[in-house]
Amino acid sequence: MILENSQVILSVRDLTAEINGNPILQGVNLEVRLGEIHAIMGPNGSGKSTFSKVLAGHPAYTVTGGEVIFQGQNLLEIAAEERARAGIFLAFQYPLEIPGVSNLDFLRVAYNSRRQAQGLPELDAFDFDDLIEEKLDVVKMNPAFLSRSLNEGFSGGEKKRNEILQMALLEPKLAILDETDSGLDIDALRIIANGVNQLTNSENATIMITHYQRLLNYIVPDFVHVMSQGRIVTSSGKELALELEARGYDWLVEDAAVGVGV
Amino acid sequence: MSIPVSPDAIFDGLRLSVNYSDKDMYLHELLSQVSQTKSLGWLQELRDRAAHWVSHETIPNSRNEEWRFTELASLRQTKFQLAQKQAIAHLPEEFTLPESAHTRLVFINGIYSADLSNISDLPAGVSLSNISQLPENELDELKQYLAQAEGNLEVFTALNTAGLNDLALVRVKPHVVVESPIHVLFISSMAETPTISQPRCLVIAEDGSQLSLVEEYANWDAPQVSYFTNSVTEIWIAKNAQVNHTRVVREGAESFHIGKTAVTQSRHSRYSCLAIAFGCQLSRHNLEIWQTGAQTETTLNGLTVIGSRQLADTHSTIALNHPHAVSRQLHKFIISDRAHGVFNGKILVPKAAQLTDASQLNRNLLLSPKARIDTKPQLEITADNVKCAHGATVSQLEDEEIFYLQARGIKADDARNLLVNAFAQEILHQIPFPSLRNNLIQRVRGNREQGTGRKRE
Repeated sequence: MILENSQVILSVRDLTAEINGNPILQGVNLEVRLGEIHAIMGPNGSGKSTFSKVLAGHPAYTVTGGEVIFQGQNLLEIAAEERARAGIFLAFQYPLEIPGVSNLDFLRVAYNSRRQAQGLPELDAFDFDDLIEEKLDVVKMNPAFLSRSLNEGFSGGEKKRNEILQMALLEPKLAILDETDSGLDIDALRIIANGVNQLTNSENATIMITHYQRLLNYIVPDFVHVMSQGRIVTSSGKELALELEARGYDWLVEDAAVGVGV
Repeated sequence: MSIPVSPDAIFDGLRLSVNYSDKDMYLHELLSQVSQTKSLGWLQELRDRAAHWVSHETIPNSRNEEWRFTELASLRQTKFQLAQKQAIAHLPEEFTLPESAHTRLVFINGIYSADLSNISDLPAGVSLSNISQLPENELDELKQYLAQAEGNLEVFTALNTAGLNDLALVRVKPHVVVESPIHVLFISSMAETPTISQPRCLVIAEDGSQLSLVEEYANWDAPQVSYFTNSVTEIWIAKNAQVNHTRVVREGAESFHIGKTAVTQSRHSRYSCLAIAFGCQLSRHNLEIWQTGAQTETTLNGLTVIGSRQLADTHSTIALNHPHAVSRQLHKFIISDRAHGVFNGKILVPKAAQLTDASQLNRNLLLSPKARIDTKPQLEITADNVKCAHGATVSQLEDEEIFYLQARGIKADDARNLLVNAFAQEILHQIPFPSLRNNLIQRVRGNREQGTGRKRE
């Protein structure tokens, strides 16, 4: 939702980043205010996923310029886990399978590290069990998945559900959903979108990275940005997504190339 | 017809025999150390035969296929004297298992310690003892078991037999089910100079009996001193009997440990081994299963955790010779720094072992670029109607996994530890006794955290 006089929660200016010496982000600018949902779309290789990983602090990427201010704090100065504790949440496109770590234990450790950062006491196992039961309902997840190893042997849809369960639990200030719709059938997509919609409110913000317009039918963005060659080349309201669906990305990408030339 | 013998040929023959006799002076010295003690009657005869056999052998080198990756040069550089009897006043909690409070045999440097053992309240049909406590008739009954397992003509096994002076005996009568785990603890307590001790254990599970054995090797003090533990455990499992074996090696950082486990399985018997090893400059576990009847079940699981410049070697053999055997094996290594792991898993499936169902997996986690694993499955199958599978994996901690955990607020170091512990967990969670399980989980964690500490410097 677009709110009047809403506080800017994330401000990205001229952000450039590279991996193994290859520049990927070439000057990204973005401003996100509380309450807003932003969609970042773009063709494969445009830098969308890189952008989400750089925001979350993936160590493989080197930031070469620009700044990222999150709630008044310079995000680029702090490690990935500090960013998570400060309220940034990245829902992974490919959540990792970690055999030997129980999903429930993992969720409790993650939750308590966030509590600690907020200056709150840690929750013991019993209280945590009650809390998680309530959160399971957000994504209609079977409690049996809690006692299994983290994501091990989960289907694509179950992994994504587990990501949104983590989001429900950690109550981030800024959620970044990286291709959350990929690999989902229509029922799973509906459940996950419904979960996200329950979690968005005027006190947080969401960035959705997606290749297809489909997800935006279920989670309606306030802004749609198109990324190409490591930059946001155009931004508009949600109607842009429909235009992209109809026309593809080529017309924007060509425009952008011309723009760079001038 | 006579063949003329030239003086040269005689000279060559002499030279050869001279070479032969001083071929392994090092082994001869070890043999004379362990032969200092004497036993009575048939036992001394058994020892003499083993000593005679050893005297013609050599300590294997890397040209021996069985020892290709495990170089014993560092062992040979140390002169070991026979470890002497030592007294320990009190056994701290970390050495005991509450579950085995009344079923505990303790040996110090291979010699029985009546003070630290507790066999005061043994269940009926269970006999736990050492050699000197055995009445002569019971000792004589051991003739058919002691040093009678297949594969006893191997240099370190025979060296142990040659010096056999004391012995942990676990014997369970037919159809007796022992509820408490039997804890056989071998403690090394060192002198100022390097010593050798030769723990020996004999387990006899009679028809239809069931027992759990925790065999543990630990060091008492001064882990900086080099010492050599050369152990042999023979386990005889009669028909329909079941033995659950947990073997823990947590010896000093400068120690050498060469251990043999020889298991003979009769028909319908079940054996499971959980072998956990860390510590030791060099350790080797020869784990051998000899099947003497049909429909046996064998489970061999293990975890080896090594760092610095340690070498740890697991050589297992499952020698089948009857139909319908089922065997499952999973051995994991966690290797950091410049440590070196060796795994060799032999499974012999001759024609007589039709309808065998065997699987083997060796998984390795390498935590540093200099860490090394040599892994070799060795399945020798001539039966044509069997199911045999094997595999080996080598992996390292993935940056993506660490990042995933970091992205949920977990510190990078904690994330690494979590992942390593998770890798170990698959094996450790199988330890059936909570106190031992928790103890070992803490130790693996401790080892690992020391490792990261070094790395950060």
